[in-house]
Amino acid sequence: MPRHKTIRIGCGAGFQGDRIDPAVILAAQGRLDWMVLECLAERTVAAAQLRRLADPEQGYDPLLRARMTALLPLLKRGRCRLISNLGAANPVGAGRQVVAIAQELGLSLKVAVVTGDDVLDQLDPDTPTLETGQPVREYGPPISANAYLGAEAILPAIATGADVIITGRVADPSLFLAPMIREFGWPIDDPTLLARGTVIGHLLECAGQLTGGYFADPGLKDVRDLAHLGFPFCDVGADGNGTLGKVAGTGGMITLRTVKEQLLYEVADPTAYVTPDAVVDFRTVDLVDMGEDRIRIENAGGTSRTGTLKVSVGYRAGFIGEGEISYAGPNARARAELAGAVLHERLHHDLPDLRIDLIGIDSTHRTDFGHGIDPYEVRLRAAASGATRELAERVGLEVEALYTNGPAGGGGARKFINERIGIVSTLMPRDAVRSGVVRLSTDRASGPALPGIPR
Amino acid sequence: MTGRPSTVAPAPLPPGTRLLHELAHCRAGDKGDTSILSLFAYRADDFPLLVQQVTAEAVAAHLEHIVHGEVRRHVLPKLCALQFSCEHALGSGVTTSIALDTHGKALSFALLAMPIAGIAPLQPPESR
Repeated sequence: MPRHKTIRIGCGAGFQGDRIDPAVILAAQGRLDWMVLECLAERTVAAAQLRRLADPEQGYDPLLRARMTALLPLLKRGRCRLISNLGAANPVGAGRQVVAIAQELGLSLKVAVVTGDDVLDQLDPDTPTLETGQPVREYGPPISANAYLGAEAILPAIATGADVIITGRVADPSLFLAPMIREFGWPIDDPTLLARGTVIGHLLECAGQLTGGYFADPGLKDVRDLAHLGFPFCDVGADGNGTLGKVAGTGGMITLRTVKEQLLYEVADPTAYVTPDAVVDFRTVDLVDMGEDRIRIENAGGTSRTGTLKVSVGYRAGFIGEGEISYAGPNARARAELAGAVLHERLHHDLPDLRIDLIGIDSTHRTDFGHGIDPYEVRLRAAASGATRELAERVGLEVEALYTNGPAGGGGARKFINERIGIVSTLMPRDAVRSGVVRLSTDRASGPALPGIPR
Repeated sequence: MTGRPSTVAPAPLPPGTRLLHELAHCRAGDKGDTSILSLFAYRADDFPLLVQQVTAEAVAAHLEHIVHGEVRRHVLPKLCALQFSCEHALGSGVTTSIALDTHGKALSFALLAMPIAGIAPLQPPESR
């Protein structure tokens, strides 16, 4: 392997519902070696598990077809390989669906599916949760338990030569780290290289949040052409350092400021960020501005991975009922407050966690920090959790009833009801989690289930 | 809407103080019931002032309506950054909270509403 080889890894989705057009631009013009689609949030797998329980063929990402139809022809033409966690609660089902879509498109495609993140059968109900120390069983019957697999679990799938690698729950940076390990032959126990690759994966994993999304503050932090935000890639070297970039002509920007904000995003302890692959120290990272949306990332530090994997456990947590109604013009705030008092009086006995927000005043920060100026219009929002759908629904019904029974001038009432899925975390010994690979191809019928596929 | 800076002191600030919003930018993230706020000085020259004034204790006091647990601070001098992890800040966590902003995405600007004393007159930040 040439010493000066670099590989280019791009991120074509940063969350489950992310835009598809920036990924199409990356696939068509980005000259990528690898594209990653990161499509799983903390609760996405549990929600997907509920869909799978209702229909065993479902449980993977609902946008799979749209993403694959748009991307597969471009990726195949550009010889770019794809890694994605959009398998969610049914990675093998997702893999079969990718093969079916490729057949429809007339493409010859090999798919490898990473299995083994689903550890519901192995979950010890007495194991303590990281959040409260209470055992898992205190939260009721779990509907899902998924271990965060690391890059090591993805490597055998890459080794099959597959064009598309589908996973379920995998730590987000590991999706990016795995191809680096593969292409540069990094030892799986080299903490420095793995930490550096993890930092690059961490920077890329939220896609647009690196290129000017979740950033603009007009007049202080302006972002050009935010409506056409481009998604990022990184040119990674064998030493684990890399240079971030995006396709010329796309909107947004990559600057020291956008990169710094994403570097520390969701990192509770920047001295020891634990992933399945390494424990990363962000204090040593150097950022160098190369100009023209190019930022160099160097010198992340790290120590060896821990002996455990984090497991997310999903459980049913009742329902949330919500209702909203607007008041505007003179005395709007007082009328909204009166409406809130009426709702409190009628609901708080049966729905003790009832929350009344005045949108425009205190709904996001719980205070207005002494702002003291009433807005022209106020939208009242009420929300409460209930053990049953019927109970939670009372919130919306009571808000709606304010039309004819509440203060003057209430308009635009809306009501919502949603099942609530809670997530708690626990740890599992690394050795207790066995990952595997299922190979699929357009050259074979997608056929019956292969042995060793978990539920 | 214009691109004019929206840093208008909302409440009458004490004399000689300005909003943190003028000196620093911030991004909010979440892990369970913990809000993680990353604060960055626009100018390296202002970083010592942030280190001195935006302490874990000051943030806990400023965010008393939001954060009901411990606030921890990490200082990252190479990035001119302060990292705050704020426990019990998200009404039991993103998956079960009944709040409107379950992730606490908007909490970055709650921190930036903090008054800071002893700042030189406002200059526009450099473009990068």
